[in-house]
Amino acid sequence: MDELLRDFLTETGESLNIVDVELVRFEQEPNNKAILDNIFRLVHTIKGTCGFIGLPRLEALTHAAESLMANFSEGRPVTGDAVSLVLASIDRVKSLLDHIERDQKEPEGNDRDLIGALERMADATSGDDQPELPRPLRPAPVSRAEVERALAALRAEEEKSMTSGNADCTAQPDSLGVNGQQIAGSDRGDGKVANQSIRVLVETLEHMMTMVSELVLTRNQLNELVRHHEDSEFKIPLQRLSNVTAKLQEGVLKTRMQPIGNAWQKLPRLVRDLSTELGKAIELEMHGADTELDRQVLELIRDPLTHMVRNSAAHGIESSEQRVATGKHKRGTIRLSALHQGGYIIIEISDDGRGLDVDRIRARAVAMGLVSETEIAKMPDVQVHRFIFNAGFSTADAITNVSGRGVGMDVVRANIDEIGGTIEVKSVPGRGATFTIKIPLTLAIISALIVEAAGDRFAIPQLAVAEIVRAGRDQKHRIEYIKGAGVLRLRDKLLPLVHLKTLLAISDSADFEDAFIVITQVGSQYFGIVVDRVLHTEEIVVKPMSGKLRHIAMFSGTTILGDGAVILIVDPNGIGQTIERTEVSLRGEENGLDTIEAEVVREQVVTETMLVFRAGSTTQKAIPISLVTRLEEVDAGSIEMSNSRPLVQYRGQLMPLVAASSETRIKSEGRQPLLVFSDARRSMGLIVDEIVDIVEDVFEIELACGEPGKLGSAVIKGRATEIIDISHYLPMAFDDWHDWQQDEVRIAARSVLLVDDVPFFRNMLAPVLKAAGYAVTSVASGRDALALVTGGRRFDIVVTDIEMPGMDGFQLASALRGDPRNAGLPIIGLASTVSAETMQRGKDAGLRNYVAKFDRQALIAVLQEQTADSVRAA
Amino acid sequence: MIATIQDKFVTATIGGQLFALPIQRVQELFVPERVMRVPLAVAEVAGLLNLRGRIHTVVDMRCRLGLSAQPQHDNGGVSAQRRQVALSVEHKRESYALLIDEVGEVMQLPAVDRDENPANMDAALAQASLGVHRLEGRLLVVLDVDRLLDFDLHSLAPKAAA
Repeated sequence: MDELLRDFLTETGESLNIVDVELVRFEQEPNNKAILDNIFRLVHTIKGTCGFIGLPRLEALTHAAESLMANFSEGRPVTGDAVSLVLASIDRVKSLLDHIERDQKEPEGNDRDLIGALERMADATSGDDQPELPRPLRPAPVSRAEVERALAALRAEEEKSMTSGNADCTAQPDSLGVNGQQIAGSDRGDGKVANQSIRVLVETLEHMMTMVSELVLTRNQLNELVRHHEDSEFKIPLQRLSNVTAKLQEGVLKTRMQPIGNAWQKLPRLVRDLSTELGKAIELEMHGADTELDRQVLELIRDPLTHMVRNSAAHGIESSEQRVATGKHKRGTIRLSALHQGGYIIIEISDDGRGLDVDRIRARAVAMGLVSETEIAKMPDVQVHRFIFNAGFSTADAITNVSGRGVGMDVVRANIDEIGGTIEVKSVPGRGATFTIKIPLTLAIISALIVEAAGDRFAIPQLAVAEIVRAGRDQKHRIEYIKGAGVLRLRDKLLPLVHLKTLLAISDSADFEDAFIVITQVGSQYFGIVVDRVLHTEEIVVKPMSGKLRHIAMFSGTTILGDGAVILIVDPNGIGQTIERTEVSLRGEENGLDTIEAEVVREQVVTETMLVFRAGSTTQKAIPISLVTRLEEVDAGSIEMSNSRPLVQYRGQLMPLVAASSETRIKSEGRQPLLVFSDARRSMGLIVDEIVDIVEDVFEIELACGEPGKLGSAVIKGRATEIIDISHYLPMAFDDWHDWQQDEVRIAARSVLLVDDVPFFRNMLAPVLKAAGYAVTSVASGRDALALVTGGRRFDIVVTDIEMPGMDGFQLASALRGDPRNAGLPIIGLASTVSAETMQRGKDAGLRNYVAKFDRQALIAVLQEQTADSVRAA
Repeated sequence: MIATIQDKFVTATIGGQLFALPIQRVQELFVPERVMRVPLAVAEVAGLLNLRGRIHTVVDMRCRLGLSAQPQHDNGGVSAQRRQVALSVEHKRESYALLIDEVGEVMQLPAVDRDENPANMDAALAQASLGVHRLEGRLLVVLDVDRLLDFDLHSLAPKAAA
């Protein structure tokens, strides 16, 4: 196909999608000139291009539509019929484009029907004023350059009107940029946004992804080899390779990510049409449209989502009269939401309609022979709901064009299955129904604990692991038996235990003597998984479960270890659910065993990776490597002095250097080791004498009191080591370091109340928040926090740990919310794991948001967002 | 008659019976090593293996086709005694390794020479079979890869709290 034609088809297709959305918006806001102008511009450009390329049918049609809209532009009243007519014309244009794509030319025939209707409508609405003489159909001949400019302008327009700022990489399966390069921006400068993006074949990105995946596996192999050598000079470069690989993976993954809003584009129009067709008032709400997911996954869920929205509109939402009769608002709402959570994307489609008709589902299931009367009578509603996912299931009486054809939900489920996702439904009669789709983010890299049970190895996600305990006859921790089931007494609490090999039915003989117990946490539930051996932790690439194995609740995926072996990744959620059942049977029987549910295990065992170095005195120093951006060595001769401050040319910028200690001398020759700290725009280098090692271990940090530059001390590699506080050095490099991060929103330093009972975390997070420009007040308990706030201290935002003794994060949030003065106060929860239940609990308690504890960037982003909101509200 | 690639098949012996798979679907023949058995999996799935970084679901063809199981030691997942071979195929964007007893030659089997499944053919086999060919003295069953690997879709009914 001619390249120009191909480009035209792609561009115009995209524009038309936008026109659809904009028209629906315009109907709701007919006085919004901006929207109308936008639509007008898009249609006008399409018309012009059609004229040049030589597509008379399209040209005529778009011209007529444009004339009608010109009337609106002049202030004529906008009627539903007029908008419907324009939408119909857009549909016709789309079908013509499809035809052109197939046959490379317009189909025979004309659109007199539509054009006539459009003209009549235009006359009817034009009123007394003399209508503008229609412009001649054939504009003056234009040059190819002008068309290309027009195309670029079209692109720039749609980049501008797309609300998500994700214009970085748009991938189309069958298009190349003009001449395979960036399309030149228009002279007017509107093309600036267009210049920043490039079209790439999806295949190319796929290839890159595979290569990066291989890189990760090879890196793991190297890690495996190095692991067996205590002191190896490979360790440091390998660590760097690790970091770089992780970043590369992230980067490549991002190129394939697109905002889910793209799949939602057609929905406003759909809902509008359905509303009209069915005579109901329905509103569509969309949240989290900029949540990103892999492009291919996006394509696969487009149809399921459309189907479910259709279902909601047709079956879920009642008519206005029915709604008012039951005390609801006359307009029904369908709500779409999407968010990232723990390696998954959670998409929800909910409505406030009448919910699923459980009785009819029961009847239909029995009628279809899926289950017997007696069986279904015993089933709880939740289970009955799942029948809708069976093939051929539909309780609609009439098979209408809209839906109710009975081929719906099973196909939806199959589609979602194909991408490794799951779908669930929750329904409350009279209140509405919610479908929740959970899709794994492909190519996740997680930290996992490798364990052995019955000779086989398994991986347990590190995030879920709270502690590892050795139990047995001679050990400190005792295992007790209640009704034959093993429980562990851990610091006066009882945790249910389960043998991994029993769960997986590998082996019958399972005793608890001399076992390793992995204390696992799922939401607020704690239990112990008993394994034969605990091997090590490793960063693994999560590969989705094979389609034939996905239904096994115990596993969430597979991975290939450094030595090439395939092992399964255990799903703590799946195990937790099994335990819940046994817990229920144990509970409430014996005295004192009513509370088998373990209390919060506070001793979070976290392995931290520390970069150990020497600076100045003989005392060894260290800093968590996650805070360091890069390790560098520069030629001492390249260090310059400016105003007696040392700097070095680094990656095209002048990077200021700060000595890590007063005794550290900058080398005058040879290689100078540096620790580089970077943020969005600038970097600084910390001068050290020597980089000693990188150590991963569990550290007990004793805190220093008020010594500038020092967070505390710990024993690392058998030596007393000083843990430095990087926030002390950052301002020494840039006086205005604090102003970097946030921009427009900052009027005064925002104050944060940080609540966490573990000193290490407080001291790790506080400097991070300070460096981001917040004034931080830290307290060690929910009670102290509450006391401060009720005592009159005002804070802009509260960041609180959830699991704390005494008053936990949820209780704190509820208590704070109890006071109306705190109504606008954003409260962010920190959690090591996030599950659907905890999210709900958090929401109920009044938490604005949840962030994973170790995700520094997410925390900063959420804080920014929350404080921005409160500024706007002010 | 021009020989087309659609008529070209790889033959294999499984459980004493001769089968054929379209050559375009078969990616390679290899000796599977280190098959990791998956606990709680359906019987047809012998486990998972890693072939050059790509995880394959290993399918026990004897079980899938309703043939008698191969006598084997239970030593935790590595196929014992006779050295088995596997054919690697792709289905719905996933890789599978089909365990067979022996691989045969590549044959030209035009569709016109194909007969319907005999009425007494085993149900599991018939589901995956496109038809049979009568070769001198032996019966050869032609398999459809996609139908062969769709074997768990029947169980989409809601599981009682799995």
